[in-house]
Amino acid sequence: MTAISKTNLPSRRFSLKGLRVREMLAGYAFISPWLIGFIVFMGGPIIASMILSFFSWKMITPPRFLGLTNYINMFSVDALFRTSIVVTAEYVFISVPLSLILALFLAILVNQNVRLSSFWRTAFYVPAVISGVAGAVIWRWMYHNELGMINALLSLVGIAGPRWLYDKHTALLSLIIMRLWNVGVPMVIFLAALQAMPKFLYEAAEIDGAGEVAKFFNITLPLLTPVIFFNLVMAIIGGIQTFAEPFVMTSGGPQNATLFFGLYLYQNAFAFLKMGYASAMAWIMFITILVLTVLQFTIANRWVYYEGSEG
Amino acid sequence: MASNLSTGKPLTPASRSESARRLTYILFGNRFHPGLIKQVVSYVLLFGLTALFLLPFYWLVNTALKSGDLVYTIPPTWLPNPPIWRNFIDAATRSYVGSQSSGMQVPPMVRYALNTSLITLNGVVATLLSSSLVAYAFARLRFPGKNFLFLGILSTLMIPFAVVMVPQYILWTKIGWIDTFLPLMIPQWFGSAYNIFLLRQFFMSIPMDYDELAIIDGATHWDIFWKIIIPLSRPALAAVGVFAFVFFWNDFLGPLIILTSPEKFTLTMYLTNFRIPQQTVTPYNLYMAAALMITLPCLILFFFSQNIFMKGITIIEFKR
Repeated sequence: MTAISKTNLPSRRFSLKGLRVREMLAGYAFISPWLIGFIVFMGGPIIASMILSFFSWKMITPPRFLGLTNYINMFSVDALFRTSIVVTAEYVFISVPLSLILALFLAILVNQNVRLSSFWRTAFYVPAVISGVAGAVIWRWMYHNELGMINALLSLVGIAGPRWLYDKHTALLSLIIMRLWNVGVPMVIFLAALQAMPKFLYEAAEIDGAGEVAKFFNITLPLLTPVIFFNLVMAIIGGIQTFAEPFVMTSGGPQNATLFFGLYLYQNAFAFLKMGYASAMAWIMFITILVLTVLQFTIANRWVYYEGSEG
Repeated sequence: MASNLSTGKPLTPASRSESARRLTYILFGNRFHPGLIKQVVSYVLLFGLTALFLLPFYWLVNTALKSGDLVYTIPPTWLPNPPIWRNFIDAATRSYVGSQSSGMQVPPMVRYALNTSLITLNGVVATLLSSSLVAYAFARLRFPGKNFLFLGILSTLMIPFAVVMVPQYILWTKIGWIDTFLPLMIPQWFGSAYNIFLLRQFFMSIPMDYDELAIIDGATHWDIFWKIIIPLSRPALAAVGVFAFVFFWNDFLGPLIILTSPEKFTLTMYLTNFRIPQQTVTPYNLYMAAALMITLPCLILFFFSQNIFMKGITIIEFKR
């Protein structure tokens, strides 16, 4: 009894092992919200979604096992599924690179030694604050072919503007242009990275006689690659899930020219009540994102430069 | 082709820059500053692009203030002459979802604004608290499985909402949460992956010495979290708070699936259903007035928090 208290009591506060155990328990306690949330709201539903994808279920009647039929139908029978993939792929492959280049360009511009830099920054960021439904409603009105601002501007320079959202040839383009307006988030991330660039590298390059272009391609761009990579991964993940803009602006039309994957999935689930089919589509979306992201991480080793690590 | 005019020798880089210097001297005399052209180009681009980016806001305000007739004149006019300020009141009171506004003691838009505010404020508080708790553990505590679990969090960023959407909807139906705010308010208390990641990166930039000294003084990990890390992380918390506010305020798919009674709708749902009863054509001046009012809280929040918000973003590192 006395022996135990003698060894335990004085050393308890500073015993390394006690501290370690305490730290470990605290660690699990602190992450428990996420762990519980993950199991209940993510893990469970993910498994349920996978199981559902092998069933036909219209909510009212009991589910019926179909095996792989949902997946087979998708690729063989459902022409709209194919359309939605083409639309989404086109949108992502055009809008993601363009929006990142624009975001980087704006960040570099704001980062120049210019006055009012916080004003310019705000102007370029602010569309991100009203993105989604409100932005879509405003742009739908701007695209109006007779009453909208865009064609009014075009007519000032003598161009008869197209019918934008009402023309199947320009509807997707309209959404891409609108996407380029909303580059605030990647821009501020680029800007933060630019402001953290080590000055001494630029000073050394200047002593060596490097011009602006040389400095950009030899210092700025390599040091930015981790941030470019981060923005690229996030932009692709977000782009594949595009939903609100086509839902509000075009409902997928005209003639399914803007039938995005996310929109068609939503229609299957909540308009046609094909819960099983929608789940199978969601899994195709998941796998696509997974493959693209893993692919990017694989390629990243070749072009992303991590300071302090070799290769 | 490029040769030195006086000697005929091919230009070396040094002599080329020498002739460039001579040319600028001829053109500008001593007034030339090396950065001048760059400055001029930067300002021209900044003015031009800013105008382009702010045009939609101009068109929004312009339309919101027009009279009903002026909205439908072709070609559209560039000034709301005279400005109709009543549009904002009309937009807030005359459009409602569903067949009637009965059951609402307040103007319809106020009702939707209250619903949205409740969901948004809960979302911001819940996100900040839960995400910073989890981020703290990943940034500053050692426990077995930490790296694996953190990788798990990062990989949930890849899981599209569509995958969990249908099963979650079924879950809400089974426990009777459909058409309540609960699905939009409870899961938010369990951390969000993106914000956990951002906050962890920030927490990691705070020196570890603080924690060690606090432990020696007998502080618990909760003390360290609440009294040291949180107060030192105000910029990052502001950034995450603004992100969360904008996200929940503008969220559409979540409420769209869950809320069915018109009086429970959020502002984004109200905006997509905007119509004035007994009018076949949507009056776009009122529509834009509504859109303007809806975006205002986010705009105001951003304007007032932008300095601390930017500071938060700047310190967050995006290296993995």
